Amino acid sequence: MTATQVRSHTIDMSSVLRAPQDNGVNETCIKVENLNLFYGAKQALHNVSMDMPKKKVTAYIGPSGCGKSTLLRCINRMNDLVDSVSIEGKILLDDENIYDKAVNVAALRRRVGMVFQKPNPFPKSIFENVAYGLRIQGINDKRILEETVEKALRGAALWDEMKDRLNDNALGMSGGQQQRLVIARAIAIEPEVLLLDEPASALDPISTLKIEELINELKEKYTIVIVTHNMQQAARVSDYTAFMYMGELIEMGTTSELFTNPKKKQTEDYITGRYG
Amino acid sequence: MDNSKIGQHISGQFNKELEDVRNKVLTMGGLVEQQIELAVTAFSTGDVEMAELVIKQDNQVDALEVAIDHECMQILALRQPAAFDLRLLITVIKIVNELERVGDLAERVAEMAIQLTSAESSSKRDQYYELEHMAELVQNMLHGALDVFARMNIEEVAIITSLDDNVDREYGSIIRQLITRMMEDPRNITRMLDVLWIARSLERIGDHACNICDHLVYMVKGEDVRHLTQAELEEKVKG
Repeated sequence: MTATQVRSHTIDMSSVLRAPQDNGVNETCIKVENLNLFYGAKQALHNVSMDMPKKKVTAYIGPSGCGKSTLLRCINRMNDLVDSVSIEGKILLDDENIYDKAVNVAALRRRVGMVFQKPNPFPKSIFENVAYGLRIQGINDKRILEETVEKALRGAALWDEMKDRLNDNALGMSGGQQQRLVIARAIAIEPEVLLLDEPASALDPISTLKIEELINELKEKYTIVIVTHNMQQAARVSDYTAFMYMGELIEMGTTSELFTNPKKKQTEDYITGRYG
Repeated sequence: MDNSKIGQHISGQFNKELEDVRNKVLTMGGLVEQQIELAVTAFSTGDVEMAELVIKQDNQVDALEVAIDHECMQILALRQPAAFDLRLLITVIKIVNELERVGDLAERVAEMAIQLTSAESSSKRDQYYELEHMAELVQNMLHGALDVFARMNIEEVAIITSLDDNVDREYGSIIRQLITRMMEDPRNITRMLDVLWIARSLERIGDHACNICDHLVYMVKGEDVRHLTQAELEEKVKG
């Protein structure tokens, strides 16, 4: 082999050294600025600021009551439904403050879908569950509905299992299937952001892995924010991790950095299971 | 960073497991240090029995390597450690590998000591005082590195790695001497080659001590300092 031949075989180090989870996109999608939230007199979030990048998975971890679900619910204004809540600060979705008076909350929630801890399918057929979001938007064209349902079910990795059972009642599905159905329902209306609040905590390990695999596929299209008690899950599925404690954002960074070399002692103590 | 860090988990069993790994590494380190000490003494006094002991000890070192690796693997699989705990275990796996190699090198020194003893009288040994000095240097380096591990304090790391230059200088001067003796009398060549192996082994032990130091900086600070120059390393350790 000559030197020229050797040189032409030289590998491109930048692509070899790039981490497998890096998809090269790097824009901010959601920006939280100095957010304070009160439940009555009790302050639940203290001056939280963070940037969540587009088409990446951001995980919130922290002990119970640290405010991670509260923060998640702020992103599609779910907390508006709680009477005693007052909120200060801003959340920018694509540079637009979602707490602005002009914002239509229903429209916001179409852009920011949400999936909860316990799957909550409607007592309807599988097809109608997924089509629900379109129907309330007034779309009744059978062809459009069928196309969308298939696409959403494929997106949620349910199509192959369910394509012959579309008219069965959704409540007859397993917990893991129901959770994926709910995700299909959320993505049927093509939101930009998916909020997942403990999406796998009520599921068995295999269903959990399927959900995690799904999250990994969904981040190609959506910006995902996930709250989880399971730190290994956060480590497995997310690109960025935020650690919260007592309503404050203690540390946020890339997941690999946060789990191998956290900067703050509180983070270290929490993720290694030490007394905090 | 103090080593009480290991003992603060909510899970007492996890504390015990990490503490046990740490103790086993220190035991292994102590054993390897003893191997070097005995091998060098065997060489300078011509004590064949002592040299044979070093060779036997290598089995223990190997067994410890396997046992420690196994324990680390168990903890990784069962506890999914993170942050410092993760770095500790990864570092231990690497250090144990370095220590095992050092053990092999000590064994090599012992083997050469046996060959040389049968080839020449012990009165000739005085001419190798430089080798003994080099041995002392690398022993200090290894001891220092193990001390860093025991105390989990990396302040001294740069001092230890800076000694490697001295070791390399001594090694160079020993080689020059050996070449001179070979040229003086070609009948010396076989023996001088044996001595060369000893010098080479000691020099490698110094390198392994430096590698251990690099791994320890990663363990304590989370900063990868492998393949850096001495100046860059000092910077990282301080910063």
